Amino acid sequence: MSANSPEQPRIGVDEWVASAAERRARTLAGRIEEIGERTPAAVKLLALALPFAVFPLLVDSSYLMQVGIDTLIFVLLALGLNVAVGWVGLLDLGFVAFAGLGAYLYAAVASEYAGRHWDATLAIPAVAIAVAAAGFLLGLPSRRLVGDYLAIVTLFFLQIWLVVLINASFTRGPNGISNLHPLEFFGRPVTSLDGLYYVALGAFVLVVAFLYLLNRSRTGRAWRALREDELAAELMTMPVNRLKLMAFAVGAGIAGVAGALFAPVQGAVFPANFDIVILITVYAMVVLGGAGSLVGVTVGAVVINASLEALRDPDDASWLFYAAVVVTLILLVRRPWWMPLTVLGGTIVFGLVVHEVAEQVRPSLVGGVPVGQARIDELVDSWVLLPEDIVTADGLPTGAFGRLLYIGFIAAVLGLTLIRHRVWRVVGLVPVLYLAAVVWENLLLPQPAVARYVLIGALLVGLMASRPQGLFGKLRVEIV
Amino acid sequence: MDWDKLVQLLVNGVTLGSVYALVALGFSMVYGILKLLNLAHGDVLMVGAFIGWGVLGWLGGAQDPSVAVWILIVLMVLAAMAGCGVLGVAIERFAYRPLRRAPRIAPLISALGVSFFIQNSMLLLFGADFRSYDSFDLVDVEVGIEFGPLRVWVVRLVVIGAALAMMIALWLLVTRTKLGKAMRATAIDREAAAMMGIDVDKVIVKTFFIGSALAGAAGVLVGLVFGQINHFMGFGYGLKGFTAAVVGGIGSIPGAMFGGLFIGLAEALSVGYIEDLTRGRLGSAFSDLVVFLILVLFMLLRPQGIFGKPEVKKV
Repeated sequence: MSANSPEQPRIGVDEWVASAAERRARTLAGRIEEIGERTPAAVKLLALALPFAVFPLLVDSSYLMQVGIDTLIFVLLALGLNVAVGWVGLLDLGFVAFAGLGAYLYAAVASEYAGRHWDATLAIPAVAIAVAAAGFLLGLPSRRLVGDYLAIVTLFFLQIWLVVLINASFTRGPNGISNLHPLEFFGRPVTSLDGLYYVALGAFVLVVAFLYLLNRSRTGRAWRALREDELAAELMTMPVNRLKLMAFAVGAGIAGVAGALFAPVQGAVFPANFDIVILITVYAMVVLGGAGSLVGVTVGAVVINASLEALRDPDDASWLFYAAVVVTLILLVRRPWWMPLTVLGGTIVFGLVVHEVAEQVRPSLVGGVPVGQARIDELVDSWVLLPEDIVTADGLPTGAFGRLLYIGFIAAVLGLTLIRHRVWRVVGLVPVLYLAAVVWENLLLPQPAVARYVLIGALLVGLMASRPQGLFGKLRVEIV
Repeated sequence: MDWDKLVQLLVNGVTLGSVYALVALGFSMVYGILKLLNLAHGDVLMVGAFIGWGVLGWLGGAQDPSVAVWILIVLMVLAAMAGCGVLGVAIERFAYRPLRRAPRIAPLISALGVSFFIQNSMLLLFGADFRSYDSFDLVDVEVGIEFGPLRVWVVRLVVIGAALAMMIALWLLVTRTKLGKAMRATAIDREAAAMMGIDVDKVIVKTFFIGSALAGAAGVLVGLVFGQINHFMGFGYGLKGFTAAVVGGIGSIPGAMFGGLFIGLAEALSVGYIEDLTRGRLGSAFSDLVVFLILVLFMLLRPQGIFGKPEVKKV
């Protein structure tokens, strides 16, 4: 497609803008989209649920089943958050408080502590409605607020929610409420992991179907109009305040369902189950997948939760990290095709040279032992600098060297993004990649529990700067 | 009525309030110019507290400082201001500037990511334990000025004085200098300011530097008065600093000062009295609830704050 052929309109002129949809239809992404448009909704829903449905048939470890249940609950949370954030464009930072509320309400209707035992067919809808009502109430003072004020009110609300949970006597403080009754459907308790998994899957299918229909409805269209331009929507006689409250309530209700499923799965609820860490994790899921897209949000939640699980174990974490580095590299320097290979080769050679020099000059720089036990760590040992005693047994840096290394690495990454010249950028990538490996092996890998959240934070910032629409979302431009 | 307790609480409130005011100023300046809620502002404060702690350790620690105490405190504050200023500029450059034309929600999510990243990076580098400034070793708790029956520890006075001095300096900067004029112009209308020959990007960078430097100073002051710092401390100060900015009126310097004092006093008094007033049903931890209710009330009844002007939406 040449830009100066006579029949092609010049980029930016009205004809070019008018034919944008036509041009998009011709690209691969456009064709996939078109197929998506034409497929009946029921088929799409089946296609989305199928991988989840066959998952239990493929695995036979209770650990993986547990991860599967957690993932489905996270998917529900991400879908709920997507209503406010993706469809309406309201930054709701109190969202996970509603999940916590759902979990505690389940404890209030089905535990020994409360002395009640409701059937799940009654408890879950009741909890969902109660939490939606709570979302409505929190929305009331917030509905007049534009994005940023809303964010702070809801964030503060989350903080208050945690304060109340930890300090109030009726929630039993940090000890939480344990010995919850299992989910019971028509008197039959569901206790096996497989059973719980399918219950969560059923909830997922129902929620996705509900959200799909909602998005296609008059309300869904009004929400999107509101997101694009609140003032214009109001002029079109849309009840802006009521729409915002509805979005809050619907999102909160879905979070309530997630919480009400989470509580009996864990068998207990604690204040720390739904805190800011979970909030930001769920945000990362929505943003990675693409805010506004049901498929995107689902995929984002699965990818993030699976990665977080993998990062628990140093051996899996290493594989994941190096795979992620290679993928990022390919995304950064796609063309020409041999460029990623050259950079990769250059990094390996660079590392070998640095390692050799360090070994000759100061052997203590390579005297450490790798954290993991996998085969990759043997390779790492002869390539990455592993200074002796850079971290303590707990994984904390022993002195200024480790900390400066970390800060220097971040500065190097940020500095690299400032280089405009293409060649220097690629050249600079080599030492930065090597530095990334050094920081990873020495500082992040010894503390996987913290490292995973560092990576989530970096992912959020990096995504917003490079691809704010996420994997499946559509790029939006704010009209000023 | 227990007057000693009341006076003690008022002193606590003013100390806390001057810290909140410094945080509120940073929020307010950035919000005024970019219309962006810098959610990472509280974490900048936390980094400042750690820089101060690092300088303290480097100069011999609180028990055996190698320089005079007042020089040590000045050095700690200056180092934190410089470090946090640079951090703030970096945050603006890499997390917010690429998103100037993106939908409004994008920089907020980015800010959330920055906040989470900084917090967990500090957790990674320093661990979850509280670090102590050991201020009582630095300045004896008996050293102070008598106010009637009460002796006020001199460090508290230093904190209040330092905060006040910085606010006056900022006020002079904004009202009397060319940079201040440029900042005000940019806050009113960025495009018009650019057309008048103001380098808007530079103004934004300087605003971030100043706001973050104030937060850094506030971090050291917090460490000095309250002693303990950790990676999560910024969250609470950020929330309350923002509340102070809203109460005072976002964009207004006297508003931020007043709002900070108001929130500080409200928190200190509710910490002191909430247990008596509710007959022991609510503990002092519920003072956060009082601050939250103030925020919600202001948002409902007077969203422009005490000193702010109501925002007129332009179409």
